Amino acid sequence: MSYTFQFGAIAQYTDEIVAGIWLTIMLSAASIVMGSLLGIILASLRSMHGRAVRLMVDAYVEIIRNTPFLVQLFIVYFGLPGVGLRVSATTAALIGMTINLAAYSTEIIRAGIEAVHKSQIEAGEALGFTSLQIYRHVIIMPAIAKVYPALCSQFVLMMLASSICSAISTKELAASAAFVESQSFRSFEVYIVVTLIYLALALALRAILALVGWSLFGRRVARTTTTSLAEVQA
Amino acid sequence: MTLRTFGFSEFGFLLSALQWTILLTVIALSGGGFIGFIIALARTSTRKAVRVAAATYIQIIQGIPVLMILFLSYYGLSLAGFQMPPLVAAGISMTIYASGYLAEIWRGSIQAVAKQQWEASESLAMTRAQQYRYVILPQALRIALPSTVGFAVQVVKNTSITSIIGFVELARAGQLINNATFQPFRVFLAVAALYFVVCYPLSQLSRLLERRLHAGSAY
Repeated sequence: MSYTFQFGAIAQYTDEIVAGIWLTIMLSAASIVMGSLLGIILASLRSMHGRAVRLMVDAYVEIIRNTPFLVQLFIVYFGLPGVGLRVSATTAALIGMTINLAAYSTEIIRAGIEAVHKSQIEAGEALGFTSLQIYRHVIIMPAIAKVYPALCSQFVLMMLASSICSAISTKELAASAAFVESQSFRSFEVYIVVTLIYLALALALRAILALVGWSLFGRRVARTTTTSLAEVQA
Repeated sequence: MTLRTFGFSEFGFLLSALQWTILLTVIALSGGGFIGFIIALARTSTRKAVRVAAATYIQIIQGIPVLMILFLSYYGLSLAGFQMPPLVAAGISMTIYASGYLAEIWRGSIQAVAKQQWEASESLAMTRAQQYRYVILPQALRIALPSTVGFAVQVVKNTSITSIIGFVELARAGQLINNATFQPFRVFLAVAALYFVVCYPLSQLSRLLERRLHAGSAY
């Protein structure tokens, strides 16, 4: 192979790449916050209300989880203007990512809620908790604590999948890469650098999520460990 | 000027493109399965260096977007002097992607087999290869099946990303038809429906297998 790598050629496009990193971070952060809130709401609605609500939530979850993110983006970005809703590429990306992540987090949190044992709720009632207190302290927080690792993996997958938004011309990191490539003709070098940036972003996101999990559920997790130890010793 | 509308022949084109989506999925799962299996064995090896190398591979593949694997193999292969049709670049990158995730799923399944099984088979003077072949892997396979089928759904969906390098599978076919008909809502809903028809039964199968797995472990 007679090819000489020239990473220097990319250095002059630092501004474009930094702008791309920034949008990728913003889109990921916004969709993680909104997607998981929606997931909590939908999973709770599903567990509390009647059959019709459950069927609707399940239909939403199954439709989103069984179609590709790229096609969902196409429907939001190219399809919605047809029914009178024109959105920018960035807004379309945010809508698509939130809708997608909400479906996955609904499914994950649902599993957590279903894993809460009925006797826990009865114990809460026996202690004179109001139904809101039971919902908060006995159902939703332990449920999320239990499935938090799965949620985190889904958040990281969403951040990585945000690269697909470049296909609808959202100017995030993958789009910056395509732009720099078209300007510099250093395809391989550009994609090596951008791939390493994604890897760093994924590792950083995992570290941040671990920190958030520790501050939210750290004591709870510690307490369960001691209980199980006590059970073993008994 | 009259525009084409989205009719039977357009839907037929989508159906023929769906074959490429399925072919690519089969390539990714068999190639990725082969490499992923080796990595999973390496990940559970008794030698630390091998374990660390396998873990690093998994971490890297799971830490980068599928789109970047695709671009790197597409441009990397042409740099190395191969003029590859998009199917080859798509097949290679989907294989690499699937291998990283399947390796992790199967590592978990191998490690989920009870430790006593290792000890019991060792006390029967089995070699490590025999332990894997007759004791560990048959049990790990049962544990791995639901998540493996579930991951197949992810692969079907992620083959759509290969449309970005111009490989004409279902998503790209949808774009081509949309360019001719300008009926994006209808076209992409049809594309989504076709993906759903493939993915939903697989998702349900995965769920069924998972329920059965848990029912079995009660005995």
